[in-house]
Amino acid sequence: MRQAEHDPSPLAMLETMMLIRAYEEAVAGIAAGGTAPGTCTSVGQEAAAVGVLRALARRDQILTNHRSAGHLLARGADPGRLIAEVLGKRTGYCKGKSGSLHISAAELGVVLTSTIVGGELSLATGVALSRTMKPGDDGVVATFFGDGAACEGVFHESLNLAAMWSLPILYVCENNQWQAFVHRRETMPVEHVRTWAAAHGIEAHTVDGNDVEVVHAAASAAVARIRATRKPVFLEALTYRTRGHYEPDDQAYVDPAELAAWRARDPIELLAQRLRADGRLDDAGFARISLRTHAAIDEAVAFAKASPFPELSELVTDVYA
Amino acid sequence: MSVITVNEAISQALAEEMRRDPAVLMFGEGVATKRANLVAEFGAARVRNTPLAEGIIAGTAVGAAATGLRPIVDLLFAPFLCFAMDEIVNSAGKLRYLSGGQFKFPMVVMAMSGAGWTVGAQHNHNLEAWFVHSPGLKVVMPSSAADFKGLLKAAIRDDNPVLFFMDLALGYQAGEVPAGEVLVPLGRAATLREGRDVSLISYAKTVHHCVAAAETLAARGISAEVIDLRSLKPLDEAAILASARKTGRVVVVHEASRLCGVGAEIAAFVGEHAFGALKAPVRRLTGPDAPAPASWPLEQAFVPQADAIAAAALELVAARRSAGPSPRPSTEGAVSMQA
Repeated sequence: MRQAEHDPSPLAMLETMMLIRAYEEAVAGIAAGGTAPGTCTSVGQEAAAVGVLRALARRDQILTNHRSAGHLLARGADPGRLIAEVLGKRTGYCKGKSGSLHISAAELGVVLTSTIVGGELSLATGVALSRTMKPGDDGVVATFFGDGAACEGVFHESLNLAAMWSLPILYVCENNQWQAFVHRRETMPVEHVRTWAAAHGIEAHTVDGNDVEVVHAAASAAVARIRATRKPVFLEALTYRTRGHYEPDDQAYVDPAELAAWRARDPIELLAQRLRADGRLDDAGFARISLRTHAAIDEAVAFAKASPFPELSELVTDVYA
Repeated sequence: MSVITVNEAISQALAEEMRRDPAVLMFGEGVATKRANLVAEFGAARVRNTPLAEGIIAGTAVGAAATGLRPIVDLLFAPFLCFAMDEIVNSAGKLRYLSGGQFKFPMVVMAMSGAGWTVGAQHNHNLEAWFVHSPGLKVVMPSSAADFKGLLKAAIRDDNPVLFFMDLALGYQAGEVPAGEVLVPLGRAATLREGRDVSLISYAKTVHHCVAAAETLAARGISAEVIDLRSLKPLDEAAILASARKTGRVVVVHEASRLCGVGAEIAAFVGEHAFGALKAPVRRLTGPDAPAPASWPLEQAFVPQADAIAAAALELVAARRSAGPSPRPSTEGAVSMQA
């Protein structure tokens, strides 16, 4: 599984999306059982995460947010250490001090996760600035955020500075239609965040965020542009948060017709059907992937549950360097 | 030893540290414009102007600090920090802890505050206690040219985010600065004047008012000790306790308002740890719970002045512990000074 993290073949991307789905559902299930805090799942948004991450190289860095499991798993994070972090265990990526909301993993190039909506946008410029100060560096800094963050003032400050300073940032807006409990239509006079990015003079694209192959192609082109020009590129992936803002959430505020329409374009089903149609996947093959991913998550849950909590002395460590 | 202004001391500190460490860089609104000498020596990549957008200036510093650089940002006036609170408090202050120690944030945020320029409350607001209250941050606020230089250099070398507050009244004040390397460790107070009868504990411009008050008191036979905290976090608790135990009387003086100010912490700390040594209640002289005014006489009345400090010290020396409660409540700026 983990060695596949840079494999951009459709089957490998399908497997990662299914791993993310199995992870999110397992974590939501633990939360529903009352033994873990609720998490913000990325169910329905797997294609955006996997399509972009597969377009990045190991030397590239990413910044993410509270809805981060897809990005982390697509980057090759160990699901066991992720769930351990969600459960507040010592074996988590952040020693249990983050919980689900701000998991970063420096060893994977996942830096400075912020759960303050828009926080990652304010930090990505600095991470990219560091790269510009290294002679010959061609690395890309990808930062993930949603349409909610695009309504924060710092979104515009970030894009403006990145354009002015020529910073190698791939802005990935996962426009999932929901800003916590408010639909994007109530908060934005435009359909697409792309138009705001373009207003800052940044090359900006909107793509079908539920089609992982489309996302991957667009992200690959964007990454190549950034490597060559050292200028930011903005990529908007239109997608949908099919579960609630956090677990549990009855989604009583969601229009059932809209939800059904997006579920009909589920990113995993979309790719699986395409692969089936041209003979690259059959039912047995799909079942094997499903079995593998669920087994990996079962093992991860067992590892996390068996892991110890931090020592209480950890309460006041890691405050100062 | 040479005599230079605080502004010159800051300039020397910046140049010396940029020369010493290529990871040090500085940016902010007007930084490259105002510090052309740094641009000339270190190049435009390390000394940058920015858009007038404090949030992204601070956030960029946080991201850069976590990935190998040692940024210094100048956010100009302390009230502008309100636009950068998320980046400073939520990111710089918390992401080391929340990441389980994966990152460090060696960065300095510079900001000016305090009476002296009659700029009013949206340019003059002593916010230092906000940052003292926020975990993961360090806070310094020097009073002399030598300390401005030595503490800024130490702040740049520190691996934590440091808020470096510059009192607006002190920029053109001259002071002796030792030749050669000047480093003042964070978290160490300076005893500017030894005394037996009362401790005057302060920071920034009111340190000078305490020194003047101590001279007045000396003329009346009272020996006042003057402690310049210099760093507010880490706070030199040992120096505070040693002085409180020695004199048994403490007056804490600062321009920031009283409620939950640094003086409240010092008074509580002394009460918790040196109660038995106290001969009188701890007194606080602070600015009032009011926005800073622009009008010069009002702005001056905002700040605890030397005569009020001397008067408070005299009252403490006159009071006997057995006489009961404090003879007067803590004094907050002009209103209660006239009461």
